[in-house]
Amino acid sequence: MSPEWLYTVVFFAWLAGAAMFVIGLHQMNSPATARGGNRVSALGMTIAVGTTLLYLVGRPEGLPTAAWIIILVGFLIGGGFGLYAARNVAMTAMPQLVSVFNAVGGGAAALVAIDDYLRISNQGQATVDETIFVVLGAVIGSVTFTGSVIAAGKLQGLISGKPIMIPAGRLVTVALAAVAVASTGALVWDAWQAGGASTWTLVIFGGIVAAGLLFGITMVLPIGGADMPVVISLLNSFTGTAAAMAGFVIGNPVLIIAGALVGAAGGILTKLMADAMNRSIMNIIAGGFGGGEGTVGALTETGGSVRAVTPDDVAIQLAYASSVIIVPGYGLAVAQAQHAVRELAELLEARGVDVKYAIHPVAGRMPGHMNVLLAEANVPYPQLKEMEEINPEFERADVALVIGANDVTNPAARRPGSPVSGMPILDVDHARSIVVIKRSMGRGYAGIDNELYTNPKTGMLFADAKAGLAELISAVKAV
Amino acid sequence: MNPELLSALAIFTLAILVGFEVISKVPATLHTPLMSGANSIHGIVLVGAMLIAAEADHPLSYALAFVAVVFGAANVVGGYVVTDRMLQMFRKKPVAPKAATSSEGE
Repeated sequence: MSPEWLYTVVFFAWLAGAAMFVIGLHQMNSPATARGGNRVSALGMTIAVGTTLLYLVGRPEGLPTAAWIIILVGFLIGGGFGLYAARNVAMTAMPQLVSVFNAVGGGAAALVAIDDYLRISNQGQATVDETIFVVLGAVIGSVTFTGSVIAAGKLQGLISGKPIMIPAGRLVTVALAAVAVASTGALVWDAWQAGGASTWTLVIFGGIVAAGLLFGITMVLPIGGADMPVVISLLNSFTGTAAAMAGFVIGNPVLIIAGALVGAAGGILTKLMADAMNRSIMNIIAGGFGGGEGTVGALTETGGSVRAVTPDDVAIQLAYASSVIIVPGYGLAVAQAQHAVRELAELLEARGVDVKYAIHPVAGRMPGHMNVLLAEANVPYPQLKEMEEINPEFERADVALVIGANDVTNPAARRPGSPVSGMPILDVDHARSIVVIKRSMGRGYAGIDNELYTNPKTGMLFADAKAGLAELISAVKAV
Repeated sequence: MNPELLSALAIFTLAILVGFEVISKVPATLHTPLMSGANSIHGIVLVGAMLIAAEADHPLSYALAFVAVVFGAANVVGGYVVTDRMLQMFRKKPVAPKAATSSEGE
């Protein structure tokens, strides 16, 4: 095959791969086809990577032995790590893992750009547009790398989930951005004048990468742990963009298409998540909101008394109800109580109780986090109701059982003047009676008291989600 | 700007619009798997890492290419496997109502 033919065939294979990414994402629209969609996407990836290898081997200059070793050994190490981590991570630790995969993706995009700049500047062949794409790829990739590592560290608890305010943090962030922009200007000027061959270009380029790495850290550190889903989604979008920039740098269409696709996907997802929390993306990035997990709230001082209930009371209420709506939240995820809640639901269903789950879009740590956890525990997904669908049903529910959810149930959101005002909430207070399983009267992420807890219809069962559910299960069995 | 760059910019713009269209129709239930699925797609940067590995000609570029391949491969393989693991749990009905037959591996 002549080189042109070879490249043509490979190009078509790349296009086929890119098309399969689009089709795969489209099939992820519905739970029934989602798994197939992911496989179509994986097949597209296999085709793209496989034909790239064939192309490298088949081209006239062939694939040097050293490159063979780099590709094979690198693939085995990286792929092996990915496979091991993906297979063995607990479902509750999954957001961190996605963040880690995002970090390495961004890192790879940055490295491709850095390598390319070393080559073109060495040869004095830097052009203005290539310099721009290289710098964009290197900066965005670097920001994503450190940002995602910090985000994963916060979710894993290695770094405090509380917002960490850096002294003059905003100033540092702005200064870093200014350094990066000014340096980029210098590099572009140099590329225009001297093809990037000046002595200082590599130093300046190194400075830009360092600014990007620091920027990722200073951007994510001040953001509270519970905002991490939005941040991971945003960084995911960044990585896609960095991959597209790397595609411009090496002139590869499949990188451009796939990168742009992910950049757009991450952007939309980020906006949806921020909307569900009634916050703007800028507001989240500005940081400092909320205490993250473990915020110690004082007992409610503001009017109304709290009614504590025992598992036996709750068991009787549940067992003789005709309709129960379960509202899972972050506390359920932390306590890994998804199997326990499913067991309780099955017990109740066996007694003829109608059981549904009300899923707030931002309950847990990632959008859809509750769905994934409950699916893991074999809860059939038709029982999981989204907010708009379930809210009218609370009025007809005998018991709303809130497990580890807080701010997403706070009726204060309906009034102006509270930090959660305007946030769409689950209308839990419309149910005939309410039971809240919660460890303490501690505040939720927004750092305010939940008026639901002082509602006369509400009984508080103070327990860890898993322990509390276990007690409920044995109590229901005994009824 | 050269014609190749212009057509690459056109592809880039259209791909962004396709991304918006495809994504905006996904229900919230699938947002986490979707994020993870999109996350694995940007592992395509592995192709870029392979291409620079093929051109590497001195120790620094060998090192950069090697780390890029490791990172890209981790992103691709791990991303698809973890997404599949999430999606495999979305079934219409529990396979067996016994607690002992919860999904594998935990």
